[in-house]
Order: sequence, then C-alpha cells, then structure tokens
Amino acid sequence: MPSYEIEIILNRQLADCLSIPVFITDTKGNLIFYNEPAEELLGKRFEDTGEMPVEVWGTVFTPMDDASNIIPPEELPLVKTLSDCYPHHKSFWIKSMKGEKQNISVTSYPIIGRESKFLGAVAIFWKTKYNEN
Amino acid sequence: MKINLLGVRGSIPTTAIENQFYGGHTSSMLVSEDDDLLVLDAGSGIQAFNTEEIPRNKRVNVLLTHLHIDHIQGLGFFKPLFMPDLEVHIWGPLSTTSLHSRISRYLSPPLFPVLVRDLPCKLTLHEIGNSEFEIGHFTIQSTYVIHPGPTLGFRVKGNKSVFTYIPDHEPALGKHGIIKDKKWTSGFDIAREADLLYHDGQYTVQEYASRNGWGHSSFDDVLQFASITDTKHLLIGHHDPSHSDSQLSAAHKEMTERNAFNFNYEFAVEGKEFELA
Repeated sequence: MPSYEIEIILNRQLADCLSIPVFITDTKGNLIFYNEPAEELLGKRFEDTGEMPVEVWGTVFTPMDDASNIIPPEELPLVKTLSDCYPHHKSFWIKSMKGEKQNISVTSYPIIGRESKFLGAVAIFWKTKYNEN
Repeated sequence: MKINLLGVRGSIPTTAIENQFYGGHTSSMLVSEDDDLLVLDAGSGIQAFNTEEIPRNKRVNVLLTHLHIDHIQGLGFFKPLFMPDLEVHIWGPLSTTSLHSRISRYLSPPLFPVLVRDLPCKLTLHEIGNSEFEIGHFTIQSTYVIHPGPTLGFRVKGNKSVFTYIPDHEPALGKHGIIKDKKWTSGFDIAREADLLYHDGQYTVQEYASRNGWGHSSFDDVLQFASITDTKHLLIGHHDPSHSDSQLSAAHKEMTERNAFNFNYEFAVEGKEFELA
C-alpha cells in the first residue's frame, strides 16, 4: 500500500502533540489514526488496534441529544464532513467506555491537499463544562 | 545511468577553504543515460554545467524540487537559457501562484537584469505535484515531501536503475520523530529500494534539536529514513554551510562506528560521479 500523503502525515504529527482527542479518517471514514487522549474515549490503544473500519469504531459511542434521543450518524460532524467536505461543529452527549455520560463538542474539518484533492477528515473532541456522572 | 553531483551544499554557497573537499556549491546534479539528460535543481552548482553535455535533440530539462533560493540561484547563470536553438523545459512544484510568476520573482530586476520573457531559448514551464511523467526514456515520479512551502522529491527510473533525489526533507517533523511505519513516512514511495538515494542530512542530532521545523534532517534521521525505505546506497547531502570538511569526515567516522546498516552510506562530495548499472 502506498504511503499517506504528507497532508495526512502532518495532521497525525500535529495530533500527536495535542492533549485533546483527535481522530483522523481516510475519505471513506476508516479511522487511520487516533492520538493518546482519543484512546481514553475509545477505550482502545492505537498500537493495539491499528486502523479501524468505520463499522467498528462507529459503534463505540452512543451519541445523544439533550433529550437523550440517539443522534443518527448523518448528523454527526465527522460524517457530515466526509459527505460534503466542509467543516462542521456540534455539541452532544456520548456514553464513555466507562459508562459515564459526557457532554462533548466535536469540530471536524476536511483535509484538502495542495492539489485540491480531498484526502480525509479530522475530528477534534473536547469535554464541555456540562459533564455529569 | 550516470549521476554527477554539481552542488551538495545547503542553504548558501561557501568558498571557505575548510569546505573545499565536500564542496561549497548549492544543490544541483546531472542525471544522464543514453541521449537523455536531466538537471535536478538549479543551485549555484549548475554553473558547472558544460554545454557539451547538451543532448543531440537540443532539449534540456531542469527539474526543481522547490523554489528556495539555494535551489534556483544558479538559474540565471545556466547557459542553455541563453542559447536560442535550445528547448529548455523547467519543471517545478504546483502552488497557488504560477511557476512562471515564482521564477520571475528571481529572474527580474532588482534581483536579476534579464526577464524570463527575454530569455533567448525556447522555454516551457511545467507545473507538477504528485505526478508521474516521462522525459525521454526516463520515468519520473514526483511527490510532495515535508519541507516548508511546496517541495517535491524525485524518483528517476532509467533503463535498469533508480535514483531518488530528496535534497530538502524533514520526515522526522513531529513529537516522536520519524514514524516507523512505511505508510506514515513522507517520501517513502519515491525512495523505496532506490539504487542510489541522495537525501538531506544537514544537521547533527544536537543541531536538529533546536531546528525543528526548518525543513531538514539530522544525520541519524536520514540513516533511519534510508533504512525504512530499503535504500541500497545513501548519499547524505545538503551539507550545512557551517560544517567543515573535518567535521563531516569525523561525523561519518563516528556514524559508521555507532551504526550498522545493510546499505552503504557516505557524505556527498561535489564533483563526484556515480554510474548505476
């Protein structure tokens, strides 16, 4: 398999330096990298799992709105970015691996390379002040 | 395939007497085979280009990795540009502004007296990115690599051998340096199993620690890169202008004592020729 393009490699190197969870996917939504803070969210280590198809990692969370209704995948920022190649942002609730309900914000953006080629997407997560146990 | 190193110094030419063995000219090299000729980069080394090298087809191709000054400063002194009977093709990285506009910043007053449009040769500019193309019998693969601004590396495939040229490259940029996974290594595709790899190795490990993000590699990183890519023979180049001959030779001795790799490696020497079978 050919190596990733440098725009993807540099996003991974940046994610490695951040203390907030970052996911990087290819254009199909396969999770090709997640950093150490994201390992806590997923409950898995990148060294152990390697890359994960969207069907595997997409079921880890239970995204919910304020009224505890399940949010369909097509309304999640990363899925929207993968579909329209634009940045998106949303706050919602998830159940962590420990069963805790957490309010998080997600910002996703497309990686558009030098040749205007869509190469993948990045999602950045952070906990909001509304967390509850 | 014959490779002739016209310039292997990085950043700025140096004429210091203590740099004369490895050479003081900035990046440029000739690649020739059969009746095809490529000039890689147009640093100050390009002024050593001998017009007797011009192929019978009267076509000269110059491939620019990027437009930092040490890679184009020799352009204005490249004799074929001033020869009306020659076709000169310049290939350079695609960016948001045209290649013509970027080259014209240098080849125009106040930096240079002759405008691009006034050059007597038949000049054609080609913008390339992650591309594959043919020049004569050579197949060339170009790929963006990690270095500030749009910068390419080239893989030149001839009749029987491969030469890879990545003079400015910082694959170790990041928290943990080079990721030891081929898929995550900048430049891997063009360097894999090259018969000869010319690669940036500007800094000592100690110097690199304070020059992260400047776009260059340490001696150790280039060895690691060559190991990951299964290079057969590594030429370490883009020597820092402050590194004297004795420092480079001592560094090479120290590296060979400390490391064991299954490939040959040496510091590039200006004027040296390599013949690949």
